[in-house]
Amino acid sequence: MSKSVTDDRTETAFQDFKHAYSPEQAVVEANRCLFCSDAPCMQACPTHIDVPQFIRKIATGNLRGSARTIFEANILGMSCARVCPVETLCVGACVCNTLGVPPIQIGKLQRHATDRAFEAGTRFFEAGPPSGKSVGLVGGGPASLAAAHELRRHGHACTIYEKRSVLGGLNTTGIAPYKMRADRSALEADWVLAIGGIEVRTGVEVGAAPTLAELERAHDAVFVGVGLGPDTALRVPGEDLGGVHGAVAFIERLKLGRVALAGVRRALVVGGGNTALDGVRELLGLGVPEVTLVYRGKEAKMPGYRHEWSAAKQEGARALFQHLPVAFEGAGKVERARLVRMDDQKKPIAGTEHTVEADLVLVAIGQSTLGGLLGALAGIRIADGCVAIDADGFTGRKGWYAGGDCANGGKEVVNAAAEGKAAALAIHRYLTGGAHA
Amino acid sequence: MPDLTTNCAGITSPNPFWLASAPPANSGEQVQRAFDAGWGGAVWKTLGQPIQNVSSRFGGLHYQGTRAIGFNNIELITDRPLEVNFREIYETKKKFPKHAVVVSLMVETREEWKEIIQRAVDTGADGLELNFGCPHGMCERGMGSAVGQEPKVNERITSWAVEFSTIPVLVKLTPNVSDIVPHGLAAKRGGAHGVSLINTIKSIIAVDIDRFVPEPRVGNLSTNGGYCGPAVKPIALHMVAALARTPEFGLPISGIGGISNWRDAVEFMLLGSSSVQVCTEVMLRGYRVVEDMLEGLEEYMRTHGFAKLSDLVGKAVPAYSEWGDLDLNYETVARIDAQKCIGCQLCVVACQDGAHQCIHADPHGTAVGPAGARVPRVDDAECVGCNLCQIVCPVPGCIQMAEVDNGFAAATWNQHVGEGAKIRPKKGVH
Repeated sequence: MSKSVTDDRTETAFQDFKHAYSPEQAVVEANRCLFCSDAPCMQACPTHIDVPQFIRKIATGNLRGSARTIFEANILGMSCARVCPVETLCVGACVCNTLGVPPIQIGKLQRHATDRAFEAGTRFFEAGPPSGKSVGLVGGGPASLAAAHELRRHGHACTIYEKRSVLGGLNTTGIAPYKMRADRSALEADWVLAIGGIEVRTGVEVGAAPTLAELERAHDAVFVGVGLGPDTALRVPGEDLGGVHGAVAFIERLKLGRVALAGVRRALVVGGGNTALDGVRELLGLGVPEVTLVYRGKEAKMPGYRHEWSAAKQEGARALFQHLPVAFEGAGKVERARLVRMDDQKKPIAGTEHTVEADLVLVAIGQSTLGGLLGALAGIRIADGCVAIDADGFTGRKGWYAGGDCANGGKEVVNAAAEGKAAALAIHRYLTGGAHA
Repeated sequence: MPDLTTNCAGITSPNPFWLASAPPANSGEQVQRAFDAGWGGAVWKTLGQPIQNVSSRFGGLHYQGTRAIGFNNIELITDRPLEVNFREIYETKKKFPKHAVVVSLMVETREEWKEIIQRAVDTGADGLELNFGCPHGMCERGMGSAVGQEPKVNERITSWAVEFSTIPVLVKLTPNVSDIVPHGLAAKRGGAHGVSLINTIKSIIAVDIDRFVPEPRVGNLSTNGGYCGPAVKPIALHMVAALARTPEFGLPISGIGGISNWRDAVEFMLLGSSSVQVCTEVMLRGYRVVEDMLEGLEEYMRTHGFAKLSDLVGKAVPAYSEWGDLDLNYETVARIDAQKCIGCQLCVVACQDGAHQCIHADPHGTAVGPAGARVPRVDDAECVGCNLCQIVCPVPGCIQMAEVDNGFAAATWNQHVGEGAKIRPKKGVH
């Protein structure tokens, strides 16, 4: 079992942004579903959960069946119900949008069904009869958990190698706490492991010990789901001052432990993606009086989700669009950021440098890729830092598969779950003499 | 302003909306509040020998989050003393001389009928309604539907009532028969001035699946009850129309059965009801529902050019025909409005699984609309025009059943068999 997270965490200050449904609310919402045929919501879900079917089961009071439908498609359905950007996936695809009525709240209904299954301790799946085969899974995030669970259903022994002390990857360390807190993700990891036969080795640096060669010798197949690496740095003077943090690292600290925000008055969050928007909302939620997003492009071109930015603005976020930090200044600790204005081509405009006060800076301009980890293995191709795979997650090297952020460059938990499961099914075919053998 | 003045079998009221004989018309205080709210008449809760009711009397049929689309009860006739009821009927009639107050009655012997009718007439009531319909409890004692199911008994008791009464007599018919017409004709032979129908349908509304007892549950037992509410409307409409189209019947009809709004009322009137009676909708939502019923009916009459109720009563009866007289060459096909389609494809699954496999998902089609490639395609050559797609479509007006000119002259089955009239080739047979 994975180690659970400590109780002493900054993130526990947050409440769920979307409230859980009461049973009555869930039934009312479920009854609004039109039960579309070949439903757009189902197509929009990377794991293709049969949404109309699970919603119908909520309406009739068949909650166990509802949860089974969800988990059959996506074993991480409990966390996905909370962390999925449903506005851009299933809920965004709901035909009610076209009809001009509020779309069905699929995420909240999915949470209702899956939470009940967790509360009741219901188990839906059993490990298959032992196949005699063993699979090593590198990284303990959503992709590997989904892959390992599927592999266990087919009877293959699994070993997960994880660098951290907790499983769940970014689901545990990176999700905005008003969507899901770390303990919930750790609970889900335990729930997945309860199928049995998944050995977990934490504190392991694959590549060093075991080496890739040792890993390949020890297992009949390998799944690589290592995610992304550390925050990308701006590479500007003063970035090493106290109070300047990589956003992913900072969020991990507030989710797994404590961050000190007392006395912080003006925070800057640099970037325009979803990590930046999460950082802005989390700092505001933790009481930082003034939080400003600094993005080098225009507001309309921000890669982060519109609904997240709208929410951030409602919560008081400020923004400096078409600005870029060129230096951070201060005596040992950051006191100011030196910014330059950017033109429409995202080029600095000469003579526009100026400073703004800042006593905390989160840099959220991306994460490094870890594809290079596998670069030495013949047959595996690395493209833009990502492990190149086919639709089955196959890397090109016999027995090696990959999925999740390390292959897709950084997508949603639900994408990792889908890719992990698809790879597991391909690995099963491989181990039983089918594809890629 | 259309005139809603109602005359049903000589019983007049300011509008056609009457409370049916049931709990909403149980007491003077209630009926007077109902009249204040706008109801045109009331048929008092059935009077007879005092009874004792059980606890747990009603059950609801709930469907996909909608409460009580059907309803049933195992309550009996009034449990209040007769003299109290008669006094309150008298007082109500005094206060509301223009409203219709009809007294529902149910007793056994000729002598009992004679006495109770005399007392009812003495209240100043406008009419009597003979309860030959109740399908639970009272029928076990030889009354209610036990009378209504036997044309000879119906005719005999009706003739007693007409003999003893100086005011119009309505016979309330039970739907728990295979054909309503002989029962209506029996009432007519007995001399009834009109009929009211339907009474409730014998039913078990639900079963408690944890206790293994039907509902409503009285301790560890239950019994069949009387079914009513919106779900029974189609049955009631048929029975009303079946009598209205019988030439030798010809009596006024007070229509009852699942009337929840003005639209339902108009449908009953078009099929021959000159007044309508409402119970379940009032039990669920109160007397106040009549406000919309009145406004809706008035607006309907105004927009359709009906000056008075008699202009619309029975107007759809001639269009209720035999299957053999329907035009087999009349052809419709489904037309999907791509501008309205939301892409739910409920029509596709309904047609594929439940009809004639002529509506198809069409991802590479040319339809242009908000649902894009999800707008389905209708195969006109296979579409039998069954309406199923239109029924399941959640968007009003999105699917229309378009008439097709197939070049064939009208021809019914009877004409085809009798005169060799030419009928078009079958569709959807594969």
